[in-house]
Amino acid sequence: MSLLDLTAVELGRKIKAGEVSAVEATRESLAQIKALESTLNCYVTIDEDGALKRAEEVQKKIEAGKLSGPLAGVPVAIKDNMCTEGMLTTCSSKILYNFRPTFTAEAVACLEKAGAVILGKTNMDEFAMGSTTETSAFGETKNPWNIGHVPGGSSGGSCAAVAANECFYALGSDTGGSIRQPSSFCGVTGIKPTYGTVSRYGLIAYGSSLDQIGPIAKDVTDCATVLEAIASYDRKDSTSVNRDDTDFTSALVDDVKGMRIGIPRDYFGDGLNAEVKEAVLAAAKVLESKGAVVEEFDLSLVEYAIPAYYVIASAEASSNLSRFDGVKYGYRTKEYDGLHNMYKKSRSEGFGPEVKRRIMLGSFVLSSGYYDAYYLKALRTKALIKQAFDRAFEKYDVILGPASPTTAPKLGESLGDPLQMYLGDIYTISVNLAGLPGMSVPCGLDSQGLPIGLQLIGDCFREKNIIRAGYAFEQSRSYQAPEIARSIGVHDPADGASHGKEAK
Amino acid sequence: MSRQYEIVIGLEVHVELATKTKIFCGCSTAFGGAPNTHTCPVCTGMPGSLPVLNKQVVEYALAVGLATNCSINQFCKFDRKNYFYPDNPQNYQISQLYLPICHDGWVEIETAAGKKKVRIHEIHMEEDAGKLIHDEWEDCSLVDYNRSGVPLIEIVSEPDMRSAEEVIAYLEKLRMTIQYLGASDCKLQEGSMRADVNLSVREAGAAQFGTRTEMKNLNSFKAIARAIEGERTRQIELLEDGKKVIQETRRWDDNKESSHAMRSKEDAQDYRYFPDPDLVPVMISDEWLDRVRAAQPELRPEKLARYQEEYGLPLYDADILTGSKHLADVFEATVALSGKPKEVSNWLMTDAMRLLKETEKDPEDLNFTPANLAKLIGLVDRNVINRTVARTVFEAIFRDDVDPELYVEEHGLKVVNDEGALKKTIEELLLKNPQSVADFKAGKKKAMGFIVGQTMRAMKGKADPAVVNQLVEELMSR
Amino acid sequence: MANIISDETIEYVGILAKLELSDAEKEDAKRDMGRMLDYIDKLNELDTDGVEPMSHVFPVNNVFREDVVTNGDDRENIILNAPQKKDGQFMVPKTVE
Repeated sequence: MSLLDLTAVELGRKIKAGEVSAVEATRESLAQIKALESTLNCYVTIDEDGALKRAEEVQKKIEAGKLSGPLAGVPVAIKDNMCTEGMLTTCSSKILYNFRPTFTAEAVACLEKAGAVILGKTNMDEFAMGSTTETSAFGETKNPWNIGHVPGGSSGGSCAAVAANECFYALGSDTGGSIRQPSSFCGVTGIKPTYGTVSRYGLIAYGSSLDQIGPIAKDVTDCATVLEAIASYDRKDSTSVNRDDTDFTSALVDDVKGMRIGIPRDYFGDGLNAEVKEAVLAAAKVLESKGAVVEEFDLSLVEYAIPAYYVIASAEASSNLSRFDGVKYGYRTKEYDGLHNMYKKSRSEGFGPEVKRRIMLGSFVLSSGYYDAYYLKALRTKALIKQAFDRAFEKYDVILGPASPTTAPKLGESLGDPLQMYLGDIYTISVNLAGLPGMSVPCGLDSQGLPIGLQLIGDCFREKNIIRAGYAFEQSRSYQAPEIARSIGVHDPADGASHGKEAK
Repeated sequence: MSRQYEIVIGLEVHVELATKTKIFCGCSTAFGGAPNTHTCPVCTGMPGSLPVLNKQVVEYALAVGLATNCSINQFCKFDRKNYFYPDNPQNYQISQLYLPICHDGWVEIETAAGKKKVRIHEIHMEEDAGKLIHDEWEDCSLVDYNRSGVPLIEIVSEPDMRSAEEVIAYLEKLRMTIQYLGASDCKLQEGSMRADVNLSVREAGAAQFGTRTEMKNLNSFKAIARAIEGERTRQIELLEDGKKVIQETRRWDDNKESSHAMRSKEDAQDYRYFPDPDLVPVMISDEWLDRVRAAQPELRPEKLARYQEEYGLPLYDADILTGSKHLADVFEATVALSGKPKEVSNWLMTDAMRLLKETEKDPEDLNFTPANLAKLIGLVDRNVINRTVARTVFEAIFRDDVDPELYVEEHGLKVVNDEGALKKTIEELLLKNPQSVADFKAGKKKAMGFIVGQTMRAMKGKADPAVVNQLVEELMSR
Repeated sequence: MANIISDETIEYVGILAKLELSDAEKEDAKRDMGRMLDYIDKLNELDTDGVEPMSHVFPVNNVFREDVVTNGDDRENIILNAPQKKDGQFMVPKTVE
């Protein structure tokens, strides 16, 4: 077994025990990145020198007893919409092609405190707008399970990197399903926490009222551990919530006896792939067999989540993205005639088609005469959706369903029909509108060999319920990695240094 | 002009609040730093930065709202006003549209025509923009974000004013109130108080308002008065010519005494306001309001009454002293130290006012310590110096805030009470001026004044005039 | 398509959003926006009368900073990424006529 096959927590334990060093683990990861990037393109920026230097520092601190957490020395990849001081942060957009932030996002700073070694920044849909990672200005990321398919999005680079062992875990962000859907497509586990749990300070905003940062890893244990590290009450983020229940790893118990699990019938109608349906219902059976009380119910309003989401997210995005104007940072067009022409040309050349589409839509729905009909209507719908979930959580501890109606589509199939692509987010989007925690856990492969994700949704601040359910389910099966993750070949962890040389 | 017209004016007044830090970040609001040295990721719109509201901004806004008889929205929110301009780093301004903190207030103004209420539509909190400086050399503009994010309140009046005089009275009233609250220094020239004038004209007696324009870039009361007159004339001429007034924003050029439209194809004036998702609502409890109300300082009308009652000052003096919050503060602090309100009032009303006028300064610019004026009053009271010397010393206090005790010591200005020295000086003068002595003895009492003056001059003004008078009379009468 | 987006609307939204679209992009934008609005019109099936618009999911209020200066001079960092700068300032095309 390769060192790379370890989970983050397993690796952390070995580093702590002195069986392997942070430097070796970092070299292994960098070697894997070197070997696979030309095929997969998970990263926008790989910080080889910085990572090795950091690994050495962290290793010294671990040896000196100054760092002892479960993630100390474990290499991580960060989605490229989180600011990292001095390191390129592009949001996979041409408009930020050269942007080096002067501060580090709070969630990333939390990981640094925990002794994380940052390998680099992962590819994503441009400004997190998309469900396939194909809208990136730096080329699409391929699905490690089948390079003819997309990894999902927008955190496609992070999810593919975890699946392909190009890092031990990663951070993603989720505005309408951007952690859960690609986790599902790549066969990894990802959590979108309750809104306000992880600071948004330093996360380059898409839809501010919906964005949350969360962990992506090989299993639930890793996700709970990472979430525990990045959850913080941050005075720099006014929407940060002061919680005293962020000991998420305490919920890692294989016990769902008496847990009430609701399956929304509305999630199993038309458009749901039969194999996905089968796998998800089989997962429900597993939990039932372990003592959970599983029943079907009608959630209602499911079909209204996507239109409400696109109004709200696009409106916020149109405003959030107006700061990219060629004045303070990023791309400025070469030739222009006056201020407004400079704005227009810089933005039109700097943004890709999907981003422009949403900025146009968002500007329109907020414009004079349409605000009430679209924006307020969407906010009212959001209130109704929240109420529907509130009612459901009076009866259930966890809502169970698919993360996505299908497995990963082929590259190039989605972008031609944006509306069709948006519909793929039908099971994930309402969770963001209601601010709820949600998780995707692998629950099988389809006949093409592509992963299927099980989605577990909890009530606000009840991550522990979904972590417990996910953990219990996970005990019934072992983690499956795609073939490509083993591309470097089987080798002994102690052998890591030699591969480090290859990385150089 | 055959028809009679009436002008209808409403004001949007922006006031920079006197907080130490900006509205959404911990950067200093101090004036005069080198460009962009009072900036951070938040006030320069860096990606990933987030705003956090300065509580003092809410406190000041509430104080102004209560002092202007407003109702308070105890649940208020911030909205984003979206427009592209380089002085606005996020390309949206955080402001309040849907639920502003204060609404429906009024202030009373007084003009030659009498007293009148001007209604306040609303007061909202928002952030200021940066500064753009034109660079001739490069033929481009340079952006400095030091002022970006400085807290403002915008006070929007109803269209209740009908003349430039009323507008000035309204602005004076707001300025005075806000200065008294300590919420801002309200200096028009420095831009900490700015007024945009919404003006329309209509035929006298008409029920409907005419089409209004908005006039910007008014940096003084004089400019405001000129702009109102200019815009009134322009609109009336348009109407007389059978043309229409276009609703637009115009920029006043006070040098040219004319305005021009700020319209462009790129300014759609469609701000797409929506609630800022990065900020949470502000809930103002009754207790909070009570606290602000209780902490409200004495405002001008109460002070004016108290000065007459408690200190026995005439209305005229009390009016001038309370005409500037700073002047009133200096007055009260000096009275507290000296216990002599009339003396303090005299110094401020006569010498201080004269010197302010000579140096073309405002009462706000008085920058001596009240302790020094109190000491000066003590020196005169104890007869250590005489009044003439005291006026010279006051000038030094006014100019350099000197300690009068040290100053008098260093310059040897104490009253000379040595009778021997005085007598010697007077006798020498009498010997030199036998005619004066003769005149005096002949009954011309005026001759004594001459000798007294000569003596004071010889003593370089340091003698006690009463003593000199007495000695001169004594010696001349021998 | 129920929502027909006119050339004028696309032009106007382009001004608001500061985006300059090519003729082909404009045609796409008209079609895409029309289709999205048709889809969004689905919300009209919902009776939302009397429902308070929800901008924040949680009733968190009154998050404040104290009025204390915490930031010093960070100018070098602030202008670090500027495409064009001069004398510690951001350089932009002339803004005054």
